[in-house]
Amino acid sequence: MSSERRRVVVTGMGAITPLGQDVDSTWASLKKGLSGVSGITLFDASEYKTRIAAEVDGWDTSEHFDKKEARRLDRFLEFFVVSARQALAQAGLDFRDDEEAASRAGVMVGAGFGGMGSFIEEIETLSERGPGRVSPTGVPKIIPNMGAGLVSIEQNLTGPVSCVVTACSASANAIGDAAEIIRRGAADVMVAGGAEASITSFGIASFSQARAMSTRNDAPEAASRPFDLDRDGFVMGEGGASLVLESYEHAQERGAEVFGEIKGYGMSADAYHITLPRPGGMGAARAMKAALHDAGLDGGSIGYVNAHGTSTEANDSTETAAIHIALGDSARDVAVSSTKSMTGHLLGAAGAAEAVFSLKALDEQVLPPTINLDTPDPDCDLDYVPNEAREARFDHVMSNSFGFGGHNVSLVFSRA
Amino acid sequence: MDRNEIAERLTGVLVSELGLEQDKIKDEAHFEEDLDVDSLGVVELLMALEDEFDVKIPDEEAESIVTVGQAIDLVQGKLGG
Repeated sequence: MSSERRRVVVTGMGAITPLGQDVDSTWASLKKGLSGVSGITLFDASEYKTRIAAEVDGWDTSEHFDKKEARRLDRFLEFFVVSARQALAQAGLDFRDDEEAASRAGVMVGAGFGGMGSFIEEIETLSERGPGRVSPTGVPKIIPNMGAGLVSIEQNLTGPVSCVVTACSASANAIGDAAEIIRRGAADVMVAGGAEASITSFGIASFSQARAMSTRNDAPEAASRPFDLDRDGFVMGEGGASLVLESYEHAQERGAEVFGEIKGYGMSADAYHITLPRPGGMGAARAMKAALHDAGLDGGSIGYVNAHGTSTEANDSTETAAIHIALGDSARDVAVSSTKSMTGHLLGAAGAAEAVFSLKALDEQVLPPTINLDTPDPDCDLDYVPNEAREARFDHVMSNSFGFGGHNVSLVFSRA
Repeated sequence: MDRNEIAERLTGVLVSELGLEQDKIKDEAHFEEDLDVDSLGVVELLMALEDEFDVKIPDEEAESIVTVGQAIDLVQGKLGG
């Protein structure tokens, strides 16, 4: 770790999740161990093997955008733009009348897909009515980077603005990459996060065909059960989350409240299979070790791991093995939980949402639980904070995110 | 269909499809300058008009439309009014 490197802190957070339309309501639900999973309402799923998901209930676009704006937005873009507004408001930053500061501020967004719902609609229009009926705003609704573009436009952020597309690790990468941009001095402030809204016909059908999703349709709230012996796949969620990252000096100069520091960012690839993790967990373990090395910490320093914990058969046992490899003997003492047991899997937005949860855990010294953990899988032998939140004392938290394609990303946050 | 009826229906499309404010929509209003309708919005408008009035508006004719009045005239011409 270079002594020259600039420190990066978190001064704002925003989240729209299946458990609430802001950070506070989401966090309150997580501490209570509530599930956001129920029957799919966003499309008619009656003929699908999986008919449950974790939707953002009661999302009202008109509360956030006028009609003219809304026509050009996919649901995933709405989630991201609103989460960014929340994060910037909490940070107390506004660049709309300060061109110089604006040029030192940027956005890094992560998305797995982009505007899948809009893509499906446009393709249906194309098939049914021909090319002359395809919307000219179809492409800007669909491309995954547009969240970054929109936040840049709305908030007048004219520094580095970009996008990461690495499936379910996308927004963890976005946060790590944004931190690197600040570390190397290319920006002072970055909005970093992600969004996803793929509870759609194609999204559910394709994951379902891959045998990756739970079919526990008769008990939606019990469907996402990471590390439990009776787990049968992940439950799709949706939402958006953003952090405001800032150089330590910049935050200090303006007297900003700091929620935590990004100390470590590690990534690795499995180089193994398009959807399955490399057995044994060595791939994921290398990302965790890289993040620890980047943070200058040893495994024993980590008090809490917010696991990727998808509730698929392959992930949960492999991730457990990876935590054993990365943390060594300390793995026996570390608390690990999967908030996906409650939020479902926000896919490209998961890393950002779980970064928010990790920072809240750190700030409040409370561990959110893994719910539905009734019968621990013998291959999953860690302390998963089963079913009830609890208080703990810890200074460093690790958040894991893995993606189809073999991407492994770990972030380490530390108390400010 | 007389010009007033076309204007009324076109205004309805501008309000419902493009989210414009009704009291700003006048014959002489310029789409880009007065109504803040960008180039993508003009394409959306023409598609909406094709649907509303069941007419075809080729790209070369569409390019000449910059004001509300011109759009009304174009539709009227198409409808043979």
